[in-house]
Amino acid sequence: MAYVAVKGGEQAIDNAHAWLAEERRGDTATPALSVTQIAEQLGRSVDRVMAEGSLYDRELAALAIKQAQGDLIEAAFLLRAYRTTLPRFAHSKPVETATMRIERRVSAIFKDLLGGQVLGPTYDYTHRLLDFGLMEDQVVGAAVGSKVSDETMPRVPDILGQEGLLESDVVSDREPGDLTREPLTFPAERDVRLQALARGDEGFLLGLGYSTQRGYGGSHPFAGEIRMGEVSVEIEPAELGFAIDIGDLVLTECQMVNQFKGSKTVPPQFTRGYGLVFGFGERKAMAMALVDRAMRAAELSEDVTAPAQNIEFVLYHSDNIEATGFVEHLKLPHYVDFQSELQNVRRMREKAE
Amino acid sequence: MKGYNFAYLDEQTKRMIRRGLLKAVAVPGHQVPFGSREMPLPYGWGTGGIQVTASILGAEDVLKVIDQGADDTTNAVSIRRFFARTAGVRTTTATAEATVIQTRHRIPEKQLREDQIIVYQVPQPEPLYRLEPSRVETQRMHGLADYGLMHVKLYEDIARFGQISISYDYPVMVNERYLMSPSPIPAFDNPKMDMMPALQLFGAGREKRIYAIPPWTRVRSLDFVDHPFRAINAPHPCGVCGATDSYLDEIVTDDRGGRLFVCSDTDHCAERREAAT
Repeated sequence: MAYVAVKGGEQAIDNAHAWLAEERRGDTATPALSVTQIAEQLGRSVDRVMAEGSLYDRELAALAIKQAQGDLIEAAFLLRAYRTTLPRFAHSKPVETATMRIERRVSAIFKDLLGGQVLGPTYDYTHRLLDFGLMEDQVVGAAVGSKVSDETMPRVPDILGQEGLLESDVVSDREPGDLTREPLTFPAERDVRLQALARGDEGFLLGLGYSTQRGYGGSHPFAGEIRMGEVSVEIEPAELGFAIDIGDLVLTECQMVNQFKGSKTVPPQFTRGYGLVFGFGERKAMAMALVDRAMRAAELSEDVTAPAQNIEFVLYHSDNIEATGFVEHLKLPHYVDFQSELQNVRRMREKAE
Repeated sequence: MKGYNFAYLDEQTKRMIRRGLLKAVAVPGHQVPFGSREMPLPYGWGTGGIQVTASILGAEDVLKVIDQGADDTTNAVSIRRFFARTAGVRTTTATAEATVIQTRHRIPEKQLREDQIIVYQVPQPEPLYRLEPSRVETQRMHGLADYGLMHVKLYEDIARFGQISISYDYPVMVNERYLMSPSPIPAFDNPKMDMMPALQLFGAGREKRIYAIPPWTRVRSLDFVDHPFRAINAPHPCGVCGATDSYLDEIVTDDRGGRLFVCSDTDHCAERREAAT
């Protein structure tokens, strides 16, 4: 075989992408999936992609899912890459989850509370039996009691806080950090940590949160409250001098309440871990709250021994766009490095013989 | 490209990166954190180098992109196309013609000039990460120039294997102050960094760090007096152009152990062959 220098990378790339497009479309005898169908019927995928892609736009997230053939990390990557090109008009005011238009609200620590428990559109208590009826386009009857509640529902921490049994929120006028503009530096404050977790990979946070429940940095959590619903986003343009409503977001918020024995300066009280994600993302909000609390170990003078308590470890590895890029870069050519290793091993073997 | 700024990044971001580059040039070998952006190419595939190139590129520049020394490897093709598309700059495969060279894993064989800039793609800017994973710790070590850990590692290599076992990404001291990762170039290329006439810029996108070596700066590969630094290369001439002083790729030619050693720098090899005919 004569050696021919490899040429035509450009053609190979074009051909590969054409093949990908054909494969994405699949058998043309089947109608193409519309972006609206994805946005309407694959809502939980859309929610996840918006959360990890850090961009709240159901239509674009649905498009990304279609383009990525349902690969949700690839879809989040597409959204992120688009997001960075967008100009910034304004900062919103903090959203007020206490006045959320509630679709779901459950507390695991009070049997009943003001506003009550609202199950909402949940998979909880469904029996996980494949529903073969869904093979066909069934007619779905109207749900009873699916009205969004306009009743005021105080947040559980506000209820507990009245008695002083729960640590209070620290109010700060400081501008929150922004990881998408400034690189992560340590010690990382809680605002930046929460931002990283909110963008972080659901699977990674789930595993880490789970590890805290199995003894790796346990913090005795109770799900104080989980709420999901719509909140208004307001901005206050400097030239106006008052806030205007620019739209709504669906958010899932989780307030984890954790046992705390107190320290030299702080009396025994409950501490909390906080989770907040775009869309209906209860699993992630709960895992996030566990990890948030675990990362507060040093601040609360607890021993830092477990992975979930190691802020540097968690923050540097929670971003799935970074992780997938670096893991997958291993398929790029490494001929040069491998060659130097080969020569190195050959030389060491010669010496050994 | 319609809808995008020249060379993709917006001017604010380019200014932010240029400020980082100025600081990096002022403190040779020191890692400067920067607000790395999400690029339309994956992290780990050259996003740091791409951001650095994007922020220094002008309309008159001529860009060369290599990966493993070659202009035609797929990722080099992809990055070159990215800039041809977003900046419309002229591209070249000839080292001598380029004003900016973005590289992954190699330094061209041809001596670079003062009017050229070489941009390295860096996966892991922290030279100490294998010895100390915490960046809080390594930052402290750099601050104190506390590099004993690395010297101990090299010493242990010699004690165990009779030689230093690092064959690529071989740590260097820049300007006798900062320990620096040269990026995963083969140790063979390390000496080229020393007193290089061209400006050397390093971009690590995922790790959000920039660093630099100004022209004519001392870059010393770590070693010991009784175990001097030695570059590793295959003990063969290039099977195509006959070069004896270029870094070689090993090509598997059959299933009976056949090997062909050829220049990894494709431009260098092609130029030599042309000169011979």
